[in-house]
Amino acid sequence: MADIVLLGINHNTAPVEVRECIAFSPDESETALQSLHRNPSIKEVLLFSTCNRVEVLFVTENKSRAIESTTNFIAEYNKIPLAQFEDALYIHEGDEAVRHLFRVASSLDSMVLGEPQILGQVKDAYRVATSSKTSGVILNRLLHRAFFIAKRIRTETGIGGRAVSISYAAVELGRKIFGTLEGKTILLVGAGEMAELSVEHLIQNRVGDIYVANRTFENGVALAKRFNGKAIRFEEISGSLEFVDIIISSTGSPDFVITREQVKAVIRIRRNRPLFFIDIAVPRDIDPDVNRLTNSYVYDIDDLRGIIDENIEDRQKEAIKGERIVDEAVIHFRNWCESLEVVPTIVALRNKLDSIAEAEVKKTLQSNKIPHTSTKAIQKMVNSLINKILHDPTLFLKKNGMIGDKSLYIDTVRKLFKLDE
Amino acid sequence: MEIVFILTILLYLTSAAGYLAFLYLQKKLLHRFGYCLLLAGFMCHTATIIYAFVSSGHMPVSNMHETLSLAAWTIAGMFLVTQYKFNIRILGIVAAPLVALIMIVTTLLTNEPSQTAGIYKNFWLVAHVVVIFIGEASFALACGLGVLYLIQENSIKTKKHRFFFKRLPSLDLLDSAGYVCIVVGFTMLTLGLITGFVYAKSIWGRFWSWDPKEVWSGITWLFYAALLHERLIVGWRGRRSAIMAIIGFGVLLFTFLGVNLFLEGHHKDFTKI
Repeated sequence: MADIVLLGINHNTAPVEVRECIAFSPDESETALQSLHRNPSIKEVLLFSTCNRVEVLFVTENKSRAIESTTNFIAEYNKIPLAQFEDALYIHEGDEAVRHLFRVASSLDSMVLGEPQILGQVKDAYRVATSSKTSGVILNRLLHRAFFIAKRIRTETGIGGRAVSISYAAVELGRKIFGTLEGKTILLVGAGEMAELSVEHLIQNRVGDIYVANRTFENGVALAKRFNGKAIRFEEISGSLEFVDIIISSTGSPDFVITREQVKAVIRIRRNRPLFFIDIAVPRDIDPDVNRLTNSYVYDIDDLRGIIDENIEDRQKEAIKGERIVDEAVIHFRNWCESLEVVPTIVALRNKLDSIAEAEVKKTLQSNKIPHTSTKAIQKMVNSLINKILHDPTLFLKKNGMIGDKSLYIDTVRKLFKLDE
Repeated sequence: MEIVFILTILLYLTSAAGYLAFLYLQKKLLHRFGYCLLLAGFMCHTATIIYAFVSSGHMPVSNMHETLSLAAWTIAGMFLVTQYKFNIRILGIVAAPLVALIMIVTTLLTNEPSQTAGIYKNFWLVAHVVVIFIGEASFALACGLGVLYLIQENSIKTKKHRFFFKRLPSLDLLDSAGYVCIVVGFTMLTLGLITGFVYAKSIWGRFWSWDPKEVWSGITWLFYAALLHERLIVGWRGRRSAIMAIIGFGVLLFTFLGVNLFLEGHHKDFTKI
């Protein structure tokens, strides 16, 4: 019986210095896969390498040999001593390996729980394995199950639901205020990495015009160019409040850049259209009292962090549901693996033929006026027919007429006769 | 028909339960469940009203029982239309229990036809009643939307994002849907008053007779007129608009029921208990 083994390191077990030493680039992973596959003890293999994890998943008939040669291979390929990463290495076998893969693909094992990129990365790794022809019946099935489970967890639980980064939280809030962000005007006051990231996320939501105000006008012009927006002078902020909808502020100013009076003055001119202030600066740029004005909403960095913490908590709760779905899937997969054994396949094959024969005999006996005395003879004829038909396939399966990957033959038989339904 | 009436109430009640479950569990299926049950209830309800209309030959608004039942029916109908148009799923948690509650109240009241039932054959009066009821149902929904707006605004302002923030739609949607309800309600109320005047002229020979009901209808109309005026001219929206919609509905309720119960005047049979 073939074993499924997964070994690797991830962000929980190894620091980044170790991870970066043994990471495989896409080109490297192809050659690495092929040399792993040449190892006679490894029948199918998949290599998965991202910035947070390096994992090798393989199917083997000689577990200990395969594990040993794989770890040695990693050490040799990356030219680092085994001792350096041996402690960080985890080795999962059988159900545990399957569970681990399902959890990774569904982002239950990610650093940011529920992040959506991981599934795509697993898919890429699988694509490399199929194009290098290192995956076989078991891994094909396993990976397809993993994609299916990941999708199911994403739709059935809220694991990828709510924003867990400052910029996404800002976008989410904007949606709750404006409904849609399409066509909304943005004012970026000052510049900072986080503010720029937020603007980028807003642009993805097809916002309207973008204005940039900076103390040094030249820097503002340069930044505006990047977002395809317009630069305005710092003194023009007051006036611009009349027509912008979302203000993102992150200056180094020690005082408030936008005060309550400034905002109050424009409310009537704006005809009460809502204003959403995102204040990422410390010390704060926007007078918190602005939040008390009608249809004005101010969120500072702490407010946004608070939301994110709540959302992470929500995701953790949802992850419990995800774990349950994974547990279920692991059991299903184990059942399928067990069915890949020779004996259950022969039994299933016989049952299938028996049930077909039984139904047909019944039909024949009912529709034609066959005397009772002949019933037995027909029954006997059918049974020996089944025995004769099954004789050669049974012999083939039992006597190891199969050359190479046994599971491939069994899988073909099961598919040919539709035994898995 | 008794059975259909009871079935209607049961359908409304289960629909309300479905919507409340939807509020907690957030399963789309529950919302569909609530919506379909409300639709089924509305159809049964329609059957009972048509039956009452046909068997008595006049509009079923000759006593409190019939009036409330018709009010619940129009609210259910207006909700189904609004839901179809704006898809504000969460509005069901206001509308379905409200309809169910009104229907339960009707069962506590006796259903004896009034003597003056004959007058409900006049075209102007029928038009008056139908139009006014649609208007009032719209205002009821506007009030519900106003309450939802205030809840959602509060959760955004206070930065407490727990229960309602996730479940309620955006402020913009709540505000604009509420505005549409008020515009529809105001149009219907205006038409209702005009048909009422025409009817009064044809029966009593004058348009306006300073009856408490008329005075309060006028006050209600002026209130909503002011709300719309402010919105169109100054751009009142959001919080103030929502509060006005809620107060407006309070005034409307007093005009609808309070005047009949506490003050003298015509429209008496309408709410005879």
